Amino acid sequence: MKKTILSLGGLLLGITLSYGQATISPAKPQSKPIVITGATIHVGNGQVINNGYITFDKGKITGIGEGSAPGTSGYEVIDATGKQVYPGFICPMTTLGLIEIEEGAKGTVDDVETGTYNPHVRSLVAYNTDSKVIPTVRSNGILLAQPIPNGGIISGTSSVVQLDAWNWEDAAYKKDIAVHLNWPSASAGRRGGRRGVAPETTTETPAQRAQKAVDELYTLFAEAKAYAEIAKPAVTNVRFAAMKGLFNGTKKLFIVADEAKQITQAVTFAKKLGIQAVIVGGKDSYLVTDILKENNVPVIIRETQALPEKEEDDVYISYKLPMLLQNAGVMYGLTGIGFWRQRNLPFEAGEAVGYGLTKEQALSMITLNNAKILGIDKTTGTLEKGKDANLFISGGDALDMITIDVQNAFIQGRSINLDNLHKQLYRKFAGKYGVKANL
Amino acid sequence: MKKLLLFCFALMIYQLSRAQEKYPETFPVNGAWDVRPEQFAFINATIVVSGDQTITGGTLLIKNKMIEAVGAGIAVPKGYVTIDLKGKYIYPGLVDAYSTYGMPEAPRQAFPAGGFGGGRTSNPISTKAGAFGWNEAIKPEMSAKMVFHTNATTAADLKKIGFSTVQSLIHDGIARGTSVAVSLADDRDNFVMINDQAAANYSFNKGTAATNYPSSLMGTVALIRQTYYDAQWYKNQKEEYNISLDEFNKAQSLSQIFEASDPQSVLRAAKIGKEFGKQYIFKTDGQEYQRIDAMKGTGSAFIIPLTFPAPYDVEDALDARNISYAQLKAWELAPTNPGVMEKAGIKFAITSYGISNARDFWTNIRSAINYGLTEKQALNSLTITPAEMLGIADKVGTIAKGKIASFLITSNDLFKADNVIYENWVEGQQYVVSKMDITDLRGNYTLTGSGFTNTTIAIGGAPGTYDVNLSHTGADSTRTRGTITRTGDQVSIYFNLKGNPAGIIRLSGYIASASPITLKGIATIPDGSSVNWTATYTGPAPQGGGPGGPRGDAARPNVPVGPVIYPFVAYGNTEIPKAETVLFKNATVWTNEKEGILKNADVLIENGKIKAVGTNLSAGGAKVIDATGKHLTPGIVDEHSHIAATGGINEGTQSVTAEVRVADVLDAQDIEIYRQLAGGVTTSHILHGSANAIGGQTQLIKHRWGLLPEQLKVEGADGFIKFALGENVKGTNSGAGNQPNANLRFPQTRMGVEEVYVDAFTRAKEYKEARAIKGNNVRRDLELETLADIMDNKRFITCHSYVQSEINMLMHVADSMGFHVNTFTHILEGYKVADKMKAHRVAASTFSDWWAYKNEVAEAIPYNGKLMHDEGLIVAFNSDDAEMARRLNQEAGKSVTYGKMSEEDALKLVTLNPATMLHMENRIGSIKPGKDADVVLWSADPLSIYAVCEKTYVDGVPYWDFSKDADNQKRMKTDEARIIQKMVEAKNAGSATQRPAAARRRLYTCDSIEEENFVVKDAYTEMEKARAAASAESDDNNIKNQ
Repeated sequence: MKKTILSLGGLLLGITLSYGQATISPAKPQSKPIVITGATIHVGNGQVINNGYITFDKGKITGIGEGSAPGTSGYEVIDATGKQVYPGFICPMTTLGLIEIEEGAKGTVDDVETGTYNPHVRSLVAYNTDSKVIPTVRSNGILLAQPIPNGGIISGTSSVVQLDAWNWEDAAYKKDIAVHLNWPSASAGRRGGRRGVAPETTTETPAQRAQKAVDELYTLFAEAKAYAEIAKPAVTNVRFAAMKGLFNGTKKLFIVADEAKQITQAVTFAKKLGIQAVIVGGKDSYLVTDILKENNVPVIIRETQALPEKEEDDVYISYKLPMLLQNAGVMYGLTGIGFWRQRNLPFEAGEAVGYGLTKEQALSMITLNNAKILGIDKTTGTLEKGKDANLFISGGDALDMITIDVQNAFIQGRSINLDNLHKQLYRKFAGKYGVKANL
Repeated sequence: MKKLLLFCFALMIYQLSRAQEKYPETFPVNGAWDVRPEQFAFINATIVVSGDQTITGGTLLIKNKMIEAVGAGIAVPKGYVTIDLKGKYIYPGLVDAYSTYGMPEAPRQAFPAGGFGGGRTSNPISTKAGAFGWNEAIKPEMSAKMVFHTNATTAADLKKIGFSTVQSLIHDGIARGTSVAVSLADDRDNFVMINDQAAANYSFNKGTAATNYPSSLMGTVALIRQTYYDAQWYKNQKEEYNISLDEFNKAQSLSQIFEASDPQSVLRAAKIGKEFGKQYIFKTDGQEYQRIDAMKGTGSAFIIPLTFPAPYDVEDALDARNISYAQLKAWELAPTNPGVMEKAGIKFAITSYGISNARDFWTNIRSAINYGLTEKQALNSLTITPAEMLGIADKVGTIAKGKIASFLITSNDLFKADNVIYENWVEGQQYVVSKMDITDLRGNYTLTGSGFTNTTIAIGGAPGTYDVNLSHTGADSTRTRGTITRTGDQVSIYFNLKGNPAGIIRLSGYIASASPITLKGIATIPDGSSVNWTATYTGPAPQGGGPGGPRGDAARPNVPVGPVIYPFVAYGNTEIPKAETVLFKNATVWTNEKEGILKNADVLIENGKIKAVGTNLSAGGAKVIDATGKHLTPGIVDEHSHIAATGGINEGTQSVTAEVRVADVLDAQDIEIYRQLAGGVTTSHILHGSANAIGGQTQLIKHRWGLLPEQLKVEGADGFIKFALGENVKGTNSGAGNQPNANLRFPQTRMGVEEVYVDAFTRAKEYKEARAIKGNNVRRDLELETLADIMDNKRFITCHSYVQSEINMLMHVADSMGFHVNTFTHILEGYKVADKMKAHRVAASTFSDWWAYKNEVAEAIPYNGKLMHDEGLIVAFNSDDAEMARRLNQEAGKSVTYGKMSEEDALKLVTLNPATMLHMENRIGSIKPGKDADVVLWSADPLSIYAVCEKTYVDGVPYWDFSKDADNQKRMKTDEARIIQKMVEAKNAGSATQRPAAARRRLYTCDSIEEENFVVKDAYTEMEKARAAASAESDDNNIKNQ
């Protein structure tokens, strides 16, 4: 009986799901060269080209410059006069495609595997290209993302995907590039408030407890490193095998660490083991910029739109964090949080502009910088010749909610369908009331 | 083995047996009666009778545990044991107004196996057998006299401090029953009772009660209020017998003592007291200095502790970040509290309650004295004041004829650092704290004997804690510190004079003569041989002692302290800011009136109101702010917020909790208030959570940073109440033990939700009718009364809602039951039924773009606001989140993208429209002469991501100014650094320290369930919670639950 109800529920859910997605198909490969003209082009590296053009063919950018494009006869021409062109935004840490409904629908949640050390679990294979959330995010210019596993101490391995695909194989933009580690924290209950407080029976201080966990990590990684040196292990260890890339430079270690001490420990850890590390979160990173800079460890800021951690902190500290890292010369990107909320990524970036960043720096934060940190900057992150044509046209400033207006978007030159469930529901009910849907 | 046990038992009997075994008259006696005259005379003493009177060279006569006479020149009759106290002092025995002496330990809360997933057993009503009340936390029937039993060990600890009488209470529950006043005499229970009904005790802490309700502080307040009303009703009814209510009534004539931790708690309790004509005595945590005027204003007496925080370990700068500014300030200012209380003229007793190390008591008293507490007040607060509070001032508290013979014999003024309490007589029974030395050994002595030449012994310190220094004079002079032990007349000293002679020398001796003092004995020198020695008194020892100096007084020295800040938290002000007269020149003014958005306009504010809007306004005496290129808007109004409340935001233990009020639990110290100001928010509607169909009453506040909770409330605002529909009410998403009665509470479906409303309003209707006819003969029910208010349009509904079916349902229930839904909040599928909402005149307060966080928001769209707006509804955007709240202007901006709303209409979503749905449109929400001067100056278009909130005014008071923020931070940092320096010095001086661990505030959303505060700490439950948290942690990695 229970099963019947479950499958019935599944069926109903299936019908609902199919509604929004049915008419939104992934785009066909670019069939002819395209030129966008008359646009204000934000290259992504700080450069702005007024009255610029950009040409792309077979998915690659073939030219970019000021004025009119040379030799574009036979091209499809998009007149973008008065409009803005941006590189596709990149979201480096998200559960997009891994979660459909956050709560009360466990069956749609695929980001946390059970267990403590899971370097071998891969987010790519759980990435659901048919998620109805993806088109809503894409509509705000986010064209690439890295869906990541969560939970445990080592959460798993992730890949970068492009957000217009039939299946995860199509979606894969760069496979298995990062292993995710949650650095032990010495401050109890940091995230969950009082909930996380450990039993009072223990005589260990939080610092001792955290150090124990760190010691354990050193042991684990030392063994993994030794394992990586064995050409043909007598017994295969899938966890260590998944970590191999960390020691030969093909994978980066993304370490979630917000507190100053955690960050310091994590950077030292990576240095000792010869691992390329990325600090994720980095709320306190402005306090330890020297060690980050000295060791070339970048920070992915989780969000600018956050409350300060401590009552005493600058009320705007989260808004100012990008500026503080910029001024200190630390490499930083920005990711935003969750999955559906990623459509706010451009605004999370724009938030920093009132607090010391230039608009172009804010843009780089979610384009070039994120691309560099993910190791995909050779093919994307800026609008430069030879790179993938991952870009979009906005009617106005795309980092500001009152002006963003994504009208055309291209992933590898393919013209993306910008419709989504929300627009469809808007049209449906505007129709009911006889009002105009202002899309 | 058995033998060993027997031996142990015998040993125990021996230790417990008293010098004199007294029996009550009615008891049989084993062996010969041992009734003694018990007559003692204490002569030649300085007798401190009370704080006001001291007798020098006085005599104290006691007989049969009572004081027979006190005064100078009293002849000692025959038959008295005479004790000469020349040079010594007698003080009244101290009275501790708050203790749990002799009470059984509170039982641990039942926590069934499987608590990990299953939570506690659900107990909607009490499971206690007997004719008691429905809620286990209300236990006025608890009577301390029924469970009191003397405890020699605990008594000794208190007697060592100097106490002879204590209030002893059952420290468990909200109404804690009646307490006793007992002496600490080592005697039968029958003999130590001084007042068997000393006081009725209360608290906000549920303790071990297993009843589900209340799970929040606001539920606790409601329960207390309802209990008062029930007790009043009980007197005149004949339907039921109820021990709890009966005893509650009987205890009303006693002292009413309310345990309330901090000033805000005190004000909370005082408000209840005012409602029911009760003047509570407050037992607190000693933070009155933080709000001394308000504490004075309660008109209450206080019982305050001396639990001054230890300095924190601050050497590691990064760890020190975990200490809040408030904690630093509290460390510095805590010892000033008793002095501040005295200066304010508040009556208070001092308790030792909460002091973990008995030595700290006197150290902390002296710290308090160093910071302004007078010795006279200190004595009163430890004697007569607590005696009065406990109704035993005729028996203890001063040394007077006819009172109980409880007094202290001390070496010196009681409050002096080197004072020694020799004896604590309790009810005529001697208790030796430190053996009284008739011969004070302090002084310089010449040591003679074979091998000792030119050697001087200096005995210093205090009687009971002597120290000794030895010096050898001459060509090879040395000084060394020795060790001295005195047992009665036996004295032993050892020391090493480093070559004069070599090695450790041990002196074993006795007091051979008292005047001059001569010590004699045998010395053992390092080679094992013995010689005779004599030490002869030559004069008083010099002050200061030898190497190592005198034993330092650990009391905090009186060095200047920083100011109190309001509120007592980071970014608090030393002075509460005042309303200014300001002219904003040349701004873009978003009036939200028919004038629309005015360019290059001026706005004048004065006396907290908007005075004029126009161009080229004359400044007069106003401060002029050049607002060229800037935007001036009305203050932002958040229709749905959960900040500035404490003790839980959900009373989710019942499906209907209309009686609970956010108004009772406002927290004016919430840093989020300050952060809201920095985001241009001036007014917030603080809602109960969404755990139940009919939640609690809400409270509209303005962000008046630095004022008291009552002062945050918007005067004259209409009252609202929170309703909720959907998944939260059904308990869908709760689990992992964070909701106590998951899957038990009705309703579990949307079908059931409707019936909750139908039933509740049916009952309310009947209640209303019954009250109309029978008046007060019908029991006043705070829950039904609130529902009746809704039907009478005296209270208005804001209902948490998501899907169209339930929205439709509630509007139908409202129609059929005769009430009106004012606002649907969240209302993410409002766009599907906007026409029906329009027909029912319901306003909509929604999110800009939230969705996908649970199934009922699977079809939430960012065009919702626009569609409802186009349909003619009053639409607002709310936050339900402290972070989002401070950028609601941006959330409004999203409507410009999603649906292309005009900018003018968009700003109204977070200003005028929420003001309108809160019935406040005549006072706030637009810039119009006569309205409140709640205005915000922005650096750019306020809807833009690039806008920075530069200035925020509430009632014309500049509560936020970005240009001053850097200075404010710097000032705070400087003050922090100053206190940290002081802490390091305190630590270096030998003070015990504590590890930094800031208690960070919990942020509430609709779903927040908070029980922890109200459950007795228990290692097992804590462990279960930690496990549940670890599991929950993994799936709440980012999203806040709406």
